[in-house]
Amino acid sequence: MEQEAVHDLVAAYALDALDDSERREFEEHLATCEKCREELEGLRDAAAALAYVPEGPAPPPALRDRVLKQVHDEKASNVVALRRRVALPAVATVAVVAAAAAIVLAIWASSLSSSLDTKNAALAVLSNHASKRMPLGTASEVVVAPDGRAVVVSALSPAPSGKTYELWVLDGKSVKPAGLFVQGKEGEPVVLVHRVPRGAQVGLSLERSGGRSDHPTTIVGVSPPL
Amino acid sequence: MSVNLRVLRGGARRPRDYSDFPDEALLALAAREDEEALAQLYDRYSRLAYGLALRIVRDQALAEDAVQDAFMTVWRTAASFRADRAKPTTWILTLVHRRAVDVVRREERRRAAPLVEGMEVPEERALAADEEIALTDRRRLVQEALRQLPDEQREALELAYYGGLTQSELADRLSVPLGTIKSRMFTGLRRLRDLLAEAGLDEPLLDL
Repeated sequence: MEQEAVHDLVAAYALDALDDSERREFEEHLATCEKCREELEGLRDAAAALAYVPEGPAPPPALRDRVLKQVHDEKASNVVALRRRVALPAVATVAVVAAAAAIVLAIWASSLSSSLDTKNAALAVLSNHASKRMPLGTASEVVVAPDGRAVVVSALSPAPSGKTYELWVLDGKSVKPAGLFVQGKEGEPVVLVHRVPRGAQVGLSLERSGGRSDHPTTIVGVSPPL
Repeated sequence: MSVNLRVLRGGARRPRDYSDFPDEALLALAAREDEEALAQLYDRYSRLAYGLALRIVRDQALAEDAVQDAFMTVWRTAASFRADRAKPTTWILTLVHRRAVDVVRREERRRAAPLVEGMEVPEERALAADEEIALTDRRRLVQEALRQLPDEQREALELAYYGGLTQSELADRLSVPLGTIKSRMFTGLRRLRDLLAEAGLDEPLLDL
């Protein structure tokens, strides 16, 4: 689509009149177009004003109870806090907080290291209320879904030149490498390539890039047993 | 936007009284996992949110789902709200609208049946008189601005916003080229924005 045509979608976007693929395309454009982000602000306000027109009944009291109960439950599960911290690109967030979040989305979306499947897998684990969250060293956390799929979120500094972070699943005497990553706090959540069985631990180590080791060498952190 | 939040405030029955807190402050508190702050935002905007969702999805259960999803998104992503980028009301209503549109498209029930009049739903709480007046005023002003738009532009905005139609569906339904629809929405929404600003309604809520 030529550039002018993309700009023209800003009103349709503000009105939610784009289909899914058009919406994605425009959000990618938004991440790079300050002009459209500015225009969107004003047009969104105008679109939201339309919300005042319909007259209807008040929502049933039970709805308030349900919302507040879910809020309470999610707070207890603590997964939400994690979601916030890693700035997951919830589409709605991106839509509104275009400047910061859309850029996160664009980076996330264009990142060669993660397919859509990986993203969905990470989101599935992080948004599962039954997922368990455990510290992994001082600057990372591992979140494990009930089925054992696990995601690591990290506030680590990027690995030093020539080094890489490596994840491990430690289950009794078994030590399995479970994925490499270089970026810490600027990076996206890392999905472990192996599931984490009950009772197992997750390890994080610093390894030489390109090297192959059967065991962690410089250990950065080990989670408590699941 | 200053402290203009008396319009839809909740009652003063809370242990912590957030009724005079600005929306921005409530969002900041919600980002810090303050459930009362979320409750206050719900009390302020659930009626608007539900009215909007019901108009779009035309089904009470689906409207409730959309409102619940939207407020959960507020709760989960409050930390990402940027006051320099959006007004809180716009943000919340945008989330509600997006959810409702997604729901109606998913369910493919849109516009199938007219909204049943006189649905009996118990009121959670009566709006205070000043809140009711502020809502009614605002509704009238937006309607007035809509009336000043050329018919074709108003029709495009209304079908898109309340009908949940995509621009391509709109073009089909109205038998006009897609480019025409795009330009009607674009020109119409810009004009609406300017008209609302002229009417002093560029803030989402009236200052009292």
